[in-house]
Amino acid sequence: MTGSLRRIWGLMYRHLCLYRRSWPRLVELAYWPILQMCIWGFTASFISGRAFGTAAGGGHHALILAASTLLAGVLLWEICIRSQMGVAISFMEELWSRNLGHIFISPLRPWELIAGLVGVAFTRTLAGVLPAILVAWALYAFNLFALGPVLVLFFANLMIMGWAVALGIVALILRYGAGAEALAWSLLFGLTPLAAVYYPVSTLPAWLQPISRAIPATHVFEGMRAVLLEGHLALGAMAASFGLNIVWLAAASLIFAWQFQSARRRGALVAIGE
Amino acid sequence: MNMVRVQALSKRYATTLAVDNIGFTIGAGQTVGLLGGNGAGKTTTISMLLGLLLPTSGKIEILGHDMARDRFAALARMNFSSPYIALPSRITVRENLRVYGHLYGVRQAERRIGELSDELDLHQFLDRPAGELSAGQKTRVALAKSLINRPEVLLLDEPTASLDPDTGDLVRSWLERYRAQSGCSMLIASHNMAEVERLCDHVLMMRRGRIVDAGSPDALLGRYQRDSMEDVFLDIARGRGHAATEANS
Repeated sequence: MTGSLRRIWGLMYRHLCLYRRSWPRLVELAYWPILQMCIWGFTASFISGRAFGTAAGGGHHALILAASTLLAGVLLWEICIRSQMGVAISFMEELWSRNLGHIFISPLRPWELIAGLVGVAFTRTLAGVLPAILVAWALYAFNLFALGPVLVLFFANLMIMGWAVALGIVALILRYGAGAEALAWSLLFGLTPLAAVYYPVSTLPAWLQPISRAIPATHVFEGMRAVLLEGHLALGAMAASFGLNIVWLAAASLIFAWQFQSARRRGALVAIGE
Repeated sequence: MNMVRVQALSKRYATTLAVDNIGFTIGAGQTVGLLGGNGAGKTTTISMLLGLLLPTSGKIEILGHDMARDRFAALARMNFSSPYIALPSRITVRENLRVYGHLYGVRQAERRIGELSDELDLHQFLDRPAGELSAGQKTRVALAKSLINRPEVLLLDEPTASLDPDTGDLVRSWLERYRAQSGCSMLIASHNMAEVERLCDHVLMMRRGRIVDAGSPDALLGRYQRDSMEDVFLDIARGRGHAATEANS
């Protein structure tokens, strides 16, 4: 194992030990995704039920498809949210345990720190969202994997966006200390109305649409609806999402590097979390 | 050969000059004590040596590496222990040491953990969460963490704080033995003057961000005409005796 890989694994191992030893943390991983799935799953069931109860015609099929896109939206958005929380909360675990001093004086480079946190976030996301996907299949007969191999692209783009947002949050914690912690839970939820999770971008007012299109996840959800409603993969949407992710990730990395240096200048790395 | 070389080092925060143009060296196998009252600049100096804090001006070289440009090469060969920086409390001592074994790229880490457990008597709580240990046990674990990579330069902040006299003495003996075996250079910030007299070859006395005096413990005792380092410390902290003469001259 090379030096970098070993250091990254060291950080991941520390967090895996933490989860192995704490059942409340393990339960928390899957709790919210399953809860979201239940709430939106019953809502979707209600919509589907209305479809069968209404008059014949194309309306049935449209409502069932609408319910399916709703469930797919819920599950995919959880991928993004859990990825963001995975990185931000793992960083805060170091803050809460007052271990950051030891981390920052070790040979672990800042990019290795981020890579380790991303590795933890990836594991957390799978552990959190897979049970919700199973619940969707067991309770509502909705199989997310029916979307096909394109799901890998959806997952990748949503995870990268989550990591980029998390990197921005970590930068804010370095700048503002524990006062910025609440953003780890709330920032991405604030983007939900704009990210076209449950409805197409065209539903938004015209002046909000350019803002919505600047969010990488928007293009994933537009792509998801294209697959479910029209049966084709919108490659352009995937390319747009990937391109925007590169921009978001680059911007977040620059902000992180700038705040990390600033924290070293101000002495914030010594006192962070206090 | 100098393992640590500090030149014209200063740190200014807004209106406060926390460290004011200090310079010193630590030779191979030498143990240097950094003494001073609260706010004298010891923690700021150590933070800069560790790369946690960027100096306003000056230069730090550790093991031949410029800390401004190449700090990770030095950080892999040095370490730090302080009872005031915790290790993750919910994972076991063994897991903590494994984590730092990975972070410092220690070869045969399990064997190294075994050696440290023997030497610092950690066996009885090696598989207990670090948060469940007594203050003295935590200090020994922190010391084990700081020795996991067999450091060539070791920075210690109050290494025996919160230890009972017996355990404190064991730790001091262990540090002496480690230095003798490895040739490690050490910088110790301490308020325990007996510890400083016992462990340090050279002492840097800090006051208001400056090094106001330096020398071996014997030389300082002679210069201040005192019987104990505690009295020397008080003279310097309160600006009296030889310190006052120096300040006035």
